[in-house]
Amino acid sequence: MTLLVAQSEPSLWMPSASSTVAGEVDSLFYFILWICVVMFLLILALMILFIAKYRQRPGYTPVRSPSHSTALELTWTVIPTIVVMVIFYAGFKGYLNMATPPPNAYEIQVYATKWSWEFTYPTGYPSTNELRVPLNRPVRLVMQSGDVIHSLYIPAFRVKKDCVPGRFNHMWFQATELGEFDLYCAEYCGQNHSTMLAKVIVQEPTVFSKWLEDAGDVLKGKTPVEAGKYLYNARKCSDCHSLDGRKLAGPSFKGLFGSSHPLRDGTSVTVDENYIRDSILYPAKQVVAGYDNVMPSFQGRLKDDEIAAIIAFIKSLNE
Amino acid sequence: MTTLTTPQPDLLRAAHYPSTGNYLTHRKGPLSWLITLDHKRIGIMYMIGVCFALFLGGLFALLLRTELINPTPTFMSDANASFNFYNHMFTLHGAVMVFMFIIPAVPAILGNFALPIMLGAKDVAFPRLNLLSFYLYALGGLFFVWVLLAGVLNAAFDWSLAGGLDTGWTFYTPFSTGESTKSAVIPATMGAFILGFSSILTGVNFVVSIHTLRPKGMTWFRMPLFLWALYGTSIIQILATPVLGITLLLLIAERSLGVGIFDPALGGDPVLYQHFFWFYSHPAVYIMILPAMGIMSELISVFSRKHIFGYKFIANSSIAIALLGFLVWGHHMFVSGQSSLASAAFSLLTFAVAIPSAIKVFNWLATMYKGNIQLKTPMIYAMFFVLLFTVGGLTGLFLGALAVNVPVHDTYFVVAHFHYVMVGSMMMAFLGGMYYWWPKMFGRMYSEKWSIISSIVVFIGFNMTFFIQFIAGTQGMPRRYASYPDNYTTYHQVSTVGAYVLGVGMFMVLGNWIHSLRKGRRAPANPWGANTLEWHCSSPPPLENFARTPVADDPYNFKHWHWDETIGGYIHDGKIDPPRKGSGH
Repeated sequence: MTLLVAQSEPSLWMPSASSTVAGEVDSLFYFILWICVVMFLLILALMILFIAKYRQRPGYTPVRSPSHSTALELTWTVIPTIVVMVIFYAGFKGYLNMATPPPNAYEIQVYATKWSWEFTYPTGYPSTNELRVPLNRPVRLVMQSGDVIHSLYIPAFRVKKDCVPGRFNHMWFQATELGEFDLYCAEYCGQNHSTMLAKVIVQEPTVFSKWLEDAGDVLKGKTPVEAGKYLYNARKCSDCHSLDGRKLAGPSFKGLFGSSHPLRDGTSVTVDENYIRDSILYPAKQVVAGYDNVMPSFQGRLKDDEIAAIIAFIKSLNE
Repeated sequence: MTTLTTPQPDLLRAAHYPSTGNYLTHRKGPLSWLITLDHKRIGIMYMIGVCFALFLGGLFALLLRTELINPTPTFMSDANASFNFYNHMFTLHGAVMVFMFIIPAVPAILGNFALPIMLGAKDVAFPRLNLLSFYLYALGGLFFVWVLLAGVLNAAFDWSLAGGLDTGWTFYTPFSTGESTKSAVIPATMGAFILGFSSILTGVNFVVSIHTLRPKGMTWFRMPLFLWALYGTSIIQILATPVLGITLLLLIAERSLGVGIFDPALGGDPVLYQHFFWFYSHPAVYIMILPAMGIMSELISVFSRKHIFGYKFIANSSIAIALLGFLVWGHHMFVSGQSSLASAAFSLLTFAVAIPSAIKVFNWLATMYKGNIQLKTPMIYAMFFVLLFTVGGLTGLFLGALAVNVPVHDTYFVVAHFHYVMVGSMMMAFLGGMYYWWPKMFGRMYSEKWSIISSIVVFIGFNMTFFIQFIAGTQGMPRRYASYPDNYTTYHQVSTVGAYVLGVGMFMVLGNWIHSLRKGRRAPANPWGANTLEWHCSSPPPLENFARTPVADDPYNFKHWHWDETIGGYIHDGKIDPPRKGSGH
């Protein structure tokens, strides 16, 4: 019956169990699964037995049997009550563990917008759709949303919490396995809900620290065009703006600089440095005709020299 | 082949309270239907409307399952258009199925048809109100049809009518109130609002009918259990539906007037919306399942030819479910950030509401013990119901347990769980009930062979579609995804093929019914030997049901009905047992 016991490797029912709470969740899951299997088979067996034995057929005469038995009915009221109270208690205990982070947790800010995740580390470095965490260290996420409700879900860690606009939510986990894990948005948030995906990368603490240090200064040792290209990929401009002229959720960057575009309000605009800066900081102000107003604002999320690097990169695409 | 207007004399005599009328033919012409006050005709009109909604909702389901047959877009090459299409499909599937099929199906069709006759009455307490309920249902339905039609026109001609709906049937804020959706949130919520009133008025009618119209001999605890279930359902409809109405009006006020109630940008709280919404929508789950349980109690007792086991436990459990069902709404919000204490209370109450459901299942099984079981079509559906409801109910244990709920919340596990309850249980009971009352409704029998074959196709298709979704869910597949990572492909493909099988099964059921209407043999007054009062009048019943007021017996006392081969039904020996002293029933 390997189908019915908890294990840390991926199984029929569960993905790998790669956090400290996963084992407890899985044990309770399999405990309930056992109860379900036994109950279902019991009911199925009784049903088949009764149909076989008491089916109307020639030569069978039913004997009268009582249509009420308080003792029997109390039995099948009390036993299930005890069983579900045990399940309740186990579930509540596990839930409290999930809700209470250890005091030394490493804190990462989460900012969810349609349709990407931004993770900001204590150094101030933000990374988009990639959450790197150190192995065997409790990590606490402080979560906000910039628009509608999203929900951060990491199946391998068995954790999930909604990102609700207008309030902070929290969750914590401690990864117990190195590697890459999926992170999904689990609360429906509109058109591209199903591509609001990210990766969780669990690293040795020393490797993690080194990465964070290097990643902190994106402009260092790069030309502005290189830095802009890096930001284009790292901050997921690439999700909505192609480099080859394809129309995604937003206009392509190919040949964009200096070109002229009709806007939704009937006016038109020539793309220059100011228009690009405005579009990054105040995307709703001048939306190009044929597109929806879906871009999140990067106000406070990109520094001035980073915006300048992105402009340099877009300019370089005309050459 | 005899026509419906001239019943054969021997079939007529077979009725315990014989009568020559026929509600289907006593007046002719469309107008005689459209302005009828007869509860049976209103039930039939509901049947047509509700089955049309089931067809539409089913069509959306097949389209969205087809979209999911592979991880990448299926119908359209453009990813954005494909995602939008899917988001509209799953929203309309949910909204149409919930508001126009599952909630009204059993009370409005079978309840309307059977409740007054079960009470030995001429009609419901307020026949005009009953007709108004129907027209509100039709009006609410028109709003949804408009939303759909406008959405299709927008897509086809690039128009910009207020059409389509991509918010999910839950209309979660601030998505539904903000600028992020251009779809027809206001027409759709107006539609749901109006359908809510239809539901409230039906509930009022049933409660008053049960209180005032019970015949001689029918004390509260000698009432058929189907009526107990409808009574519990009606209480929920009256108490919970107004909350939905208010919530939807607040939503409309926020969206159209910018009043800040739910949207944090306007100073509101989006989680408040969830509390309001689920305060209705969780009790609504019991609006869906309680009448189905009522049907089960009738079917299992009748086809086991044995008195229902533990009558009072079943009756009381219906009321317990109706009341406890009001106190569990927060279990939809365990990961929303609500306090751990609130979550604990809601989890505990959720487990409490599982107990009355379990009691019913054990009582049904005990009813079969030492019975004389006839595996006719309604009983086959009843057996499917018990199995699928057991799976649906037991998987609720995972979701009620807080720690397990966290990873499986908003995944396919939840989708599978509620489809086992809504479709596996409620729809099996609905089909079983339709087959059970069909001879009474239309005076025709159906092909037993084809009804059983189609029921098995439905059962296989259903399980193939939804069982695998439990596994997809525990593996992490989130719901409402238009595309998905490759590792979930197999689960989705099995599920989609299952949906096609289920679709074929449903069309077989429809074909079976149409064949019965055209070619079915004439039904006797009581083909099953049931003892609730609707089986004491002729099939189909006359306009006002009974020529003289009947006297009610214990509804599960079958010993006065005897099989008669010549008419293919049961005949009553004319005796009524007096109520047993002190037993209360």
